[in-house]
Amino acid sequence: MSRYLRPRDLDEALRTLADGGWTVLAGGTDHYPARVTHDTGEDILDVTALDALQGIGRTGAGLRIGAAATWRSVIDAELPAACDGLKAAAREIGGAQIQNRGTVGGNLCNASPAADGVPALLSLDAEVELVSAGGTRRLPLDRFVLGNRKTALEPGELLAAVHLPEAALDGAGRFLKLGARRYLVISIVMVAGTMRLAADGTIAGTRLAVGACTAAALRLGALETALVGLSPKEAADRLDDGHLAALAPIADVRGDAPYRMDTARTLVRRCLADLAEAA
Amino acid sequence: MTATLTFTVNGSECRVDVAPQRRLSRVLREDLGLTGTKVGCDAGDCGACTVLLDGAQVCACLVPAGQAEGGEVVTVEGLADRDGTHSALQRAFARHGAAQCGICTPGMLMAAHDLLRRNPQPGRAAVEDALGGVLCRCTGYLKIVEAVLDVASNAPDTEAPAPGTAVGARVARLDGVGKLDGRDLYGDDTTPADALWLRVLRSPHALADFAFGDVDAWAAAVPGVVAVLTARDVPGHNSFGIYPTLKDQPVFAEGFVRYRGEAVAAVIVETRAAFEALDLSGFPVDWSPREAVVGVEAALKEGALRLHEASPGNVLIRGRVASGDVDAAMAGADAVVEAAMQTGFVEHSYIEPEAGWARRAGDRVELRVTTQTPYMDRDEVAHVLGIAQEAVRVTPSVVGGGFGGKLDQSIQLPLAVATWKLGRPVATLYHRPESFAATTKRHPARMTASLGVTRDGAITGFRFHGDFDTGAYASWGPTVAGRVPVHAPGPYRVGAVLASSAAVYTDGPPAGAFRGFGVPQAAIIGERLMDEAAGRIGMDPLEFRLLNALRAGDPTATGQVIEASVGLAACIEALKPAWARYGEQVAAHNAKAGRTRLGAGIGCMWYGCGNTSMSNPSIMRLALKPDGRLTLFNGAVDIGQGSYTIMAQIAADALGAPLSLVDQVWGDTDLTPDAGKTSASRQTFVSGRASELAGRDLRARILRLANAGEDAELTFDGGRIVVRDAAGLRDLDLSVLPVDGDGHLLVGEGTFDPPTAPLDADGQGTPYATYAFAAQIALVEVDPELGTTKVLHMTAAHDVGWAVNPTLVEGQIHGGIAQGLGLALMEEYVPGRTENLHDYLIPTVGDMPQIDCILIEDPEPLGPFGAKGIGEPALVPTAPAILAGIRQAVGVCPDKVPVLPHRLRAAIRAAQTREAAE
Repeated sequence: MSRYLRPRDLDEALRTLADGGWTVLAGGTDHYPARVTHDTGEDILDVTALDALQGIGRTGAGLRIGAAATWRSVIDAELPAACDGLKAAAREIGGAQIQNRGTVGGNLCNASPAADGVPALLSLDAEVELVSAGGTRRLPLDRFVLGNRKTALEPGELLAAVHLPEAALDGAGRFLKLGARRYLVISIVMVAGTMRLAADGTIAGTRLAVGACTAAALRLGALETALVGLSPKEAADRLDDGHLAALAPIADVRGDAPYRMDTARTLVRRCLADLAEAA
Repeated sequence: MTATLTFTVNGSECRVDVAPQRRLSRVLREDLGLTGTKVGCDAGDCGACTVLLDGAQVCACLVPAGQAEGGEVVTVEGLADRDGTHSALQRAFARHGAAQCGICTPGMLMAAHDLLRRNPQPGRAAVEDALGGVLCRCTGYLKIVEAVLDVASNAPDTEAPAPGTAVGARVARLDGVGKLDGRDLYGDDTTPADALWLRVLRSPHALADFAFGDVDAWAAAVPGVVAVLTARDVPGHNSFGIYPTLKDQPVFAEGFVRYRGEAVAAVIVETRAAFEALDLSGFPVDWSPREAVVGVEAALKEGALRLHEASPGNVLIRGRVASGDVDAAMAGADAVVEAAMQTGFVEHSYIEPEAGWARRAGDRVELRVTTQTPYMDRDEVAHVLGIAQEAVRVTPSVVGGGFGGKLDQSIQLPLAVATWKLGRPVATLYHRPESFAATTKRHPARMTASLGVTRDGAITGFRFHGDFDTGAYASWGPTVAGRVPVHAPGPYRVGAVLASSAAVYTDGPPAGAFRGFGVPQAAIIGERLMDEAAGRIGMDPLEFRLLNALRAGDPTATGQVIEASVGLAACIEALKPAWARYGEQVAAHNAKAGRTRLGAGIGCMWYGCGNTSMSNPSIMRLALKPDGRLTLFNGAVDIGQGSYTIMAQIAADALGAPLSLVDQVWGDTDLTPDAGKTSASRQTFVSGRASELAGRDLRARILRLANAGEDAELTFDGGRIVVRDAAGLRDLDLSVLPVDGDGHLLVGEGTFDPPTAPLDADGQGTPYATYAFAAQIALVEVDPELGTTKVLHMTAAHDVGWAVNPTLVEGQIHGGIAQGLGLALMEEYVPGRTENLHDYLIPTVGDMPQIDCILIEDPEPLGPFGAKGIGEPALVPTAPAILAGIRQAVGVCPDKVPVLPHRLRAAIRAAQTREAAE
C-alpha cells in the first residue's frame, strides 16, 4: 500500500525525501492529469502544508515567492508593475480552478516547454532556491529548467522558493500568449518581457523570454543587448531574425515550426511595443 | 495506506477512511455518495467536478483528499436550502434554460457560486473569467452566462402555462430540477455496490495482427482479476453494426485490428478500487503492427489493402443524386466556380463519458447505460448474446450529452457478455482517452464541387463529389453517404445537379453519427461556392441566396416538390438588418489601421427531418389514471435537447389538460413503446406528432365515455373531468371507473411514421417528409499576423415550423453554433495525438459570440402543431458563415478545416507571397 505524507515541517519533509522513492505533490494540477488511465501506487510527499514554502513577500534583496504559492495568490498579491506580466501569465494558467490550486513551484518543476510561468519568471531574472537535507543552493531559473520535463533538481532536493532580485522589479512587465481558444489552452507561443527606462527616457534594460519555441523557455540576450540606449518607440523595429536564431520550435497539433517562428517574431514585436507604451 | 480524514461537506462534518492521495472527486462520489459532482476527464480539462474547497473553486479530480483535511467543501448538493428550496442561482438557471443535458451544470453552478460570493453583481467579463474553466458541450454557454448575470434580479420562476397553451410557451424543463441540485443520475451514478468492474483492452495500433500470450498467468498475478473475456466468450454473434446487413464490427477483435482503440478483450475485476488501479500495460498480447491505411486517398489507391472482404476498393457504399444535364448546365453558365475542401475527424466530446452497468436476471439481461437509442441497444445485445430481443431490457440513465456519439454501441456489448457469462452485475466507465479513442467520430470529408451561375444570378448547375472517411467499420457510413448528395446542392433552386458520395473504409476510428450526418461538411464547400459565384456576378452574398432560395412548390434535385413549410426566404429576409449592420462595422473597422480585420459571412442550410427514405416510426402513449393524473409513456430519449419537456407540452395541449398533470415513464424498453432513435432531428417532428396523436386519441376516448361532441371542452379537476359541450355539462368521476391491468382508466396511443418514398438509382424520390431551413450570419475578427479568429457576433434565423418551446429552441441554436464554431476553428481528432480535452479543443465560454436568434414559424402541416426539427439544423450553417467571414476579413481561407491559426496564417502568407510576385 502506498504512503502519503503531508508534513508541516521542512526538516521532516527533507528527511523523508532523502530516503528516496517519493513523488512530490503540490497543487496536483499536473500530477493527476498524468495519471488518468489508472491510479499509480506511488508514495506521495505532499508539500502544500510546509510553512517554508508558503507566501509571497519582500525580502531585503527583492521578492520571494514560496514554491507552494498558488497562481491565484500571485494574481491577488500587491506586486510592482514589473510583475504585470507574471500576473497576466497567472491568469492564463488553466481556468480559475487550476489557478486556485496550481503552484508556482509546481509549474517550474513540471518543466513543460509550454509552462506559462517560466518565460514570465525568466523576464524577472528569477532564481530558484533548492533545499535538501544537505543544505540550500540557488540557481538562476534558466539553469534550473533545462528541457522538456527536465530540471536540475537533484534527488532529495525540494524547490522551496523563487526569488526575484530587486533590480528586476523596476519598470514595466508584459506577457502575451498565443492559443487556439480563449480559456484552458496550452500555449502555442508565449512571450514575456520587462522594460526599464533610464532617466533620459532611453531603454536602460529589457528582459525578454520566449516560451514553447524551445525545449525550455529562452531569454533573447542578443536582442536585450541591442535595445539598450534606444528610444522605447524604436525597440519593436530593432528586432531582426538573428535575434531569434536560438529558437528551435517543433511541430505538433497546435502549430507547425514555421508558424511558431513567425508568431514568436510577431509577439516579441508586440511585446516590445506594449512595453514601450507602459514603461 | 488509508487515513481518517475529517472535513466539512455542505456544512456537516464528515469523517472518512480513505487513502489521502485519492482524488477528492472520488471520495465525494464513491465514499460519501455525493454523486452530484460529475467527472468528465480526471485531468482538470473540463471542470465538471468543480466544487468549493475552503471558499474557492477547484477541480475535485485534482485535489488529493488529504488536502481537504480540516477544510470546508461545498458541492452542488449544498446549494439548495435544507428543505430543498433552490437557491437564487439555481432558480436563475431554471428560468433561463441554462441546463441542457446537465452534466456540466454542477460544475457551472459551483464556479458561478464562487464568483457570486465575492461579487454579487458581476459583469459579463467577470462571469466569463469565472466560468472559463468549465466546458459545456450543449448550451453554447450563453444562457448560462445570462442566468448568472440575472441572479441578482431574483425574478419569479417561469409560470406554468394555462391549459391548452403549453405549446409555444417558454416552459422550464420538466426534468430540470435534478440537473440543478445534483440528484439526476447519470451513467456512473447508480452502480450497484456488488458490481464487478470491466475494463476493455484496446489496440494501440491502427492496423495490426495480434495473438494473446499467457492470459491466465497474467490474470492470476494481477490483484482482483476475476475473468478475461475475448471473442470466444461471445455467446451469440461477435458482430454489431447499425445496418442489419452491415454488422461488420466485432465485439472483441479476432486476431486482427483495424483501428487504434479497437476492443480486443475485457478484463473483469472484483471491485471499483481494483478497476481504478488496473494497469493493462502488462497484458500479454503480441502485436504485429502493419502499415495502416490512413485517410481516403490511401484507401482508394490502386492496390491498397482491402480492409473488409465484402468491399473491394474499400468503398463501403456510394450515394448519388442526378437531375438534368449538368454538363450542359455548366456550359450554359456565365461563370463556373469550383473548389476542393477537406475536413477532419471531429469528436462528440460529450462531457459524460460512456458509463453504465448490466445484470443478468434469470434468462434476461438488463442494462442501465447512457444512450441515445435504447431499442437499438436492446436489439444489438440480443444479437450478440443470441437471445430474444424481449429478453433484453434497456433503461437509459440520464444522458450527459450525445450528439450522435451515443447512437452506437460502446459499453453495452462487453457489459452484456460479461454479466451473461459471470451472472453478476458488471459496471464500467470509460476514461477520457478511452472515450476518444474507442468511439465514433464525424466523418472527415474530401470534397470537390463546382457551380455554374448566369449573369443575372440563376444557378444553372451544381456538381459535387465527397469521399467520406468512414473509418474501420460501417457504423452510420451509409446514412452519411445517402444524406449528403440530397443536401449538397443546398436549399436553392438549381438547374441541374450531379452529386455523389462514397463512404470509404480506412484504419481511422469508425466514423458514425454526429449532428448532421455529413451535411455540415457538404455545406462548407457548397456555401463557399455560393459566395464565390455571387462575387463573380457582383451580387451581395445574401441577396444571391435570397434570389435562389427554395420556396414552397419548388422541386428539389430529388424531384420532390416541397409543398409547405419552406421558410428559407423568410429567414434570409429577417437577417437583412443585422447583415447591413455587420457590413457597416466591417467597413468602419477595416478603414482604421489596427492589428485586426473584421469580416462578415453568411451560411444557409436545409435539413431533412427523419431517416432518409426509410421508415422511422414513433409510438407514444398517454394514460389517464383514477386520480386524474396522466402518464406519458415517452420513449424519446432526452439527451439534453428537451424532448422530455416538449413531448409533455404537446400531449397536454392535444388532450386539453394542464401540463402539470403529466407524469412520465421515460425510455424503458419494457415499459415505453419504441419512439425510435434520438437522431436525425426527428424527435420533435416524428415523436412530437405521435405525442399529439396520443393526446388526441385519449381526448377522443374521454369524449366517447362522456358521450360528448368533438368540440367539447375538458376541465381536469382532481379525480373528476368536467366535459362541457353544446349539450351541456357532464361530470366524469374517475374514481368509479374500471382500470386496466396497469391501473389506467384510458390509454391514448399515437403512431407516426413520416411519409417518404425510396430514392432510385439517380436519387429521385421523396427522401424526407419535411425539411428545416436556416440562415446564419457571422461577424468575425481575424488577427492576420497570428492567424487567430474570434467570432464576435452571430444572428441565426431558423424556420422551425412552430417553436414548441422557444427557450429550448434557442438553446439548441446556441449549442449548435458552438459546435459549428468548433468545427470551423479548432476541433480535429488525430488518433494518438488529441485524445483528451486539452489537446482536442472545444469552445469555452470565452470563445462564444453574442447570438441573436430569430425564430421563423412557417408551420409544417405534418408536424405537431406545425413543428419540425432543430437539433442538427442549428449547427449546419455556422461553419460556412464563419469561414466566409474570415474570407472577407483577410481575403483568403484555407481549404482545410478546422482553420487552425497556423493554417490560416500559412494561407495569408502564401497570398502575400503571390501578391508580391505579381
